[in-house]
Amino acid sequence: MDLLDTFFNVPILIRTFPMLMSGLWITIQIGATSIIAGLVLGLFLSLIRLYAAKPLVFIARIYIDIFRSIPLLVLLIVVYYALPFVGIRLSPFFSAVVALTLVSGAYTAEIFRAGIEAIPSGQFEASRALGLSYRHMMVDVVLPQAVKIVIPPLTNNCINVMKDTALASVVAMPDLLKQATQAQALAANPSPLIGAALIYLAFLWPLVALVSRFERHMGQRGAR
Amino acid sequence: MSSFIEIRNLNKHYGAFAALTDIDLDIAEGEVVCVIGPSGSGKSTLIRCINLLESFSKESTILVDKIPVEPGKHLAQVRAEVGMVFQSFNLFPHMTVLRNIMLAPLRVRGLSEAKAEKKARELLDRVGIGEQAEKYPGQLSGGQQQRVAIARALAMEPRVLLFDEPTSALDPEMVGEVLDVMRDLAGTGVTMIVVTHEMGFARQVADRVIFMNGGKIVETGKPEVIFDAPKEPRTRDFLSAVLNH
Repeated sequence: MDLLDTFFNVPILIRTFPMLMSGLWITIQIGATSIIAGLVLGLFLSLIRLYAAKPLVFIARIYIDIFRSIPLLVLLIVVYYALPFVGIRLSPFFSAVVALTLVSGAYTAEIFRAGIEAIPSGQFEASRALGLSYRHMMVDVVLPQAVKIVIPPLTNNCINVMKDTALASVVAMPDLLKQATQAQALAANPSPLIGAALIYLAFLWPLVALVSRFERHMGQRGAR
Repeated sequence: MSSFIEIRNLNKHYGAFAALTDIDLDIAEGEVVCVIGPSGSGKSTLIRCINLLESFSKESTILVDKIPVEPGKHLAQVRAEVGMVFQSFNLFPHMTVLRNIMLAPLRVRGLSEAKAEKKARELLDRVGIGEQAEKYPGQLSGGQQQRVAIARALAMEPRVLLFDEPTSALDPEMVGEVLDVMRDLAGTGVTMIVVTHEMGFARQVADRVIFMNGGKIVETGKPEVIFDAPKEPRTRDFLSAVLNH
């Protein structure tokens, strides 16, 4: 069974499994940090985009458009390889987190904006008529309703960020993909790459299934 | 007559369209005023100016209990004194009926949870739906939702209540229960301004009826005068159209 030995060599998989696991841990760290930072940045940007003074709105729009247009790989390489020329030297980990956060923040901002805009104007009017402050209106009335609307697209975005962490391997970050390629080189066998692919799948498939469930659920609720 | 709400020279434009033109109006404390008129006549816009849900031109002034209605730090004070009930209820769908009523007293008046809840339950009993406290707005009928909305406005102990066509979105069989609650309120001394198409209610409950058309106040007077002996031809046309359909 040459094929099995080449692509699914169990002894090699067992030997390189610790490497892959340490890579997965780094992938999770990069992904989780970027997702959380991206959420904060996105919420902040969406509120500016919706409610700030005109010039700030303009800046937020430009930001969102730029970072939704630029390929993540290009951004990552600029952050890691170009910024040192102006004295900004970020570690591979922070380069990856910064690039992922900048892009994720732009997408998240648009998701939040759509969610907030989907709240009927009557909710804002009732809040204001009751004398609620802007902060209480957002925290108690608008955002809890918007969050329900944005959970499916937000989860989708999280999946994308998680997948995009694989790009960190190009800046020498020992994430899951990088560990797998190194293990492949050491073992002179591609089984670790297959192993890595399976780990990505095992990790992200449930999330994808979750989004589908959210969407079905929302569809049913929307139909009532 | 000391006027509790004082509206002077109120103008509002949407671009070139004049939504309100030179409105002068004084309303005494405890007075119940019904505003009638065809749709698009500016009735809703008028009452929405009183709590600044609509902005108006700079030369206009509105005073509520001597406090100017304008953006800035007085606005929260005005809005705390002025309650509003909307045509489409605008309850908060993600909160129980009880939390809907408690929210503003907790956040704006700074009441304790216990006090806010006690008051909310009293108000729900008063509008006749005490047993619905733990439900969500979506589980209630339109009439019940509007009664919750009235209780929510009352929870702030406002001195003025604005009603913006409160029964227009209701199924006919539910109009009565909401009007009953409003009729009870009218007897409590709270100032009420009611935009409505319910002429029977206006005639029976209002101290004064205002007829608006084309963004202007055309005629104002006691209900028996407006309904039985209107002076202006436009008022007569409108009333004969709505009363004889």
